[in-house]
Amino acid sequence: MYHKTWSYRVFSVFNNIAMFIIAVTCVLPLVHVLAVSLSAKSAADANLVTFWPIEFTLESYKKTINNPLFLNSLGVSVLRTVAGTALTLLLAFLAAYPLSKENYVFRGRTIYAWIFVFTMIFNGGLVPFYMVVQTLGLIDSFWVLILPGAVNVWLTILLLNFFRGVPKELEEAALIDGAGHLRTLFVIYLPISLPAIATLAVFSMVFHWNSWFDGLLYIHSPKKYPLATYLQTVIVQRDLSSMSISPEELRLLSQKTVTSAQIFIGALPVLLVYPFLQKYFVKGLVLGSVKE
Amino acid sequence: MILPSLIFLIIFNYIPMGGIVMSFQDFKPWLGIRGSEWIGLENYRYLFDRRDSMQVIWNTLLIAGLKIIFNLLVPFTFAIFLNEIRNQLYKRFIQTMVYLPHFLSWVILGGILIDILSTDGGIVNRFLGLFGIGPIFFLGNGDWFRVTVVVTDVWKEFGFSTIVFLAALANINPTLYEAAEVDGASRFKQTIYITIPAMMPIAIVVGTLALGNILNAGFDQIFNLYNPLVYEKGDIIDTFVYRVGIINGEFGFGTAIGLFKSVISMILICLSYYIAYRWANYRIF
Repeated sequence: MYHKTWSYRVFSVFNNIAMFIIAVTCVLPLVHVLAVSLSAKSAADANLVTFWPIEFTLESYKKTINNPLFLNSLGVSVLRTVAGTALTLLLAFLAAYPLSKENYVFRGRTIYAWIFVFTMIFNGGLVPFYMVVQTLGLIDSFWVLILPGAVNVWLTILLLNFFRGVPKELEEAALIDGAGHLRTLFVIYLPISLPAIATLAVFSMVFHWNSWFDGLLYIHSPKKYPLATYLQTVIVQRDLSSMSISPEELRLLSQKTVTSAQIFIGALPVLLVYPFLQKYFVKGLVLGSVKE
Repeated sequence: MILPSLIFLIIFNYIPMGGIVMSFQDFKPWLGIRGSEWIGLENYRYLFDRRDSMQVIWNTLLIAGLKIIFNLLVPFTFAIFLNEIRNQLYKRFIQTMVYLPHFLSWVILGGILIDILSTDGGIVNRFLGLFGIGPIFFLGNGDWFRVTVVVTDVWKEFGFSTIVFLAALANINPTLYEAAEVDGASRFKQTIYITIPAMMPIAIVVGTLALGNILNAGFDQIFNLYNPLVYEKGDIIDTFVYRVGIINGEFGFGTAIGLFKSVISMILICLSYYIAYRWANYRIF
């Protein structure tokens, strides 16, 4: 009824337009970067480009691809994202199972749960953490990107909540048939929880792909930087002093079009992955944040 | 099964907690924790005496506080308006677009923002120029820097934060609206008397939980946007710890500020969880 009234229709038209404008402002900055990266150097340097490339060229992408430091860091990032996500998911999967049990099944569950949760609310701070990493000899090693953050308590809790929703009968049947807990976990729980795990995988992948601070803090040779750290030092800090690069490369890096191309390539994997998993967000997040 | 995770937690979370004894020492890396001199609460006294550390605490509270308020209000309002869109396909399209910035890192966004906000031909200032507004030095002027930090954070997160509110909207019993319509209530009245009250519990939970983060003003964002020009008004606890503790090598002092932050945060988080638990029966698992 209400949507037939004249005033509601007027509101609706304005609302649709306003929503469109808001949505567009969320992507326009990225469109601008893309346009700059595809424009000729002269037009970009003169600030003529807005949202459409001027004198379309792929020159900046060619230069980016030919930059060995960029390629190196791209490789580090890919490796880190794959290995880090796999490890995080495995650990979360293994830990979430016992934590999802009732107290009488898994004695001391509450204590373990608190050991996990406590790390979310209290930590020793940056300096002692740095010292531990240093003592372990992880400075300047690839593993520093993966190991310290391998346990993600937040993802473990999301998975734990998902496991709670799995019908108990399934598990009981498996146990009666003589399967151990480990087997139950992999044969019964793994197939059921694939959608949930896929969602967690995206969050974990995005996290690893975007992480830059650990690279900056613990890795000293630019050749071992992940992509996000590389972009951070070159584009945000504009600190080229720490890098051993030739004047030719320096000239190349400072170009606006090349910078934009690098930013865009850095954002690309995320742009490709997230739209496909949107439908899971609501389920996973609501589960984790607000419970009825 | 829980063992692998537990070992990681002990190494990377619990052992560093032991490192907080450094905050009671005049820590020298070459002497180690055992060899360094104990100085009691000297680092903490220094913390409250230093003018810049008090300024940093104030900056953190101000920036985080503003972010909490707007990161609650904007998604709340946006969810209500988004819910009025009838065409499901169009709604999905809008959602996809507004979720996007959440998934981009502050490195990427920092790179983009530094470019588009520049006074030297950045598109934002060019756009403002069309209305005769002179170039604004968003990232170089302390006051504008704070505004920029809050606005860009809200811009990045409002879409994704909307999810929780949309889920709440979907749970409202449709018979309430039908009854209201029979009684002749307009859509506006329905929003005021049904939608908003129905969303209040979740808004309270989200807001309460956010209070636990009042000392987290966003390290990633500030670090990628700031520069020495705005240290005074833009520096927050986390960036300060990094600069003082790691870059300048004042390990004991850096740890002291870090611990100060952790302890206050922990108290606030526990308090906010307790309130959320009592008021809205919220539990994390």
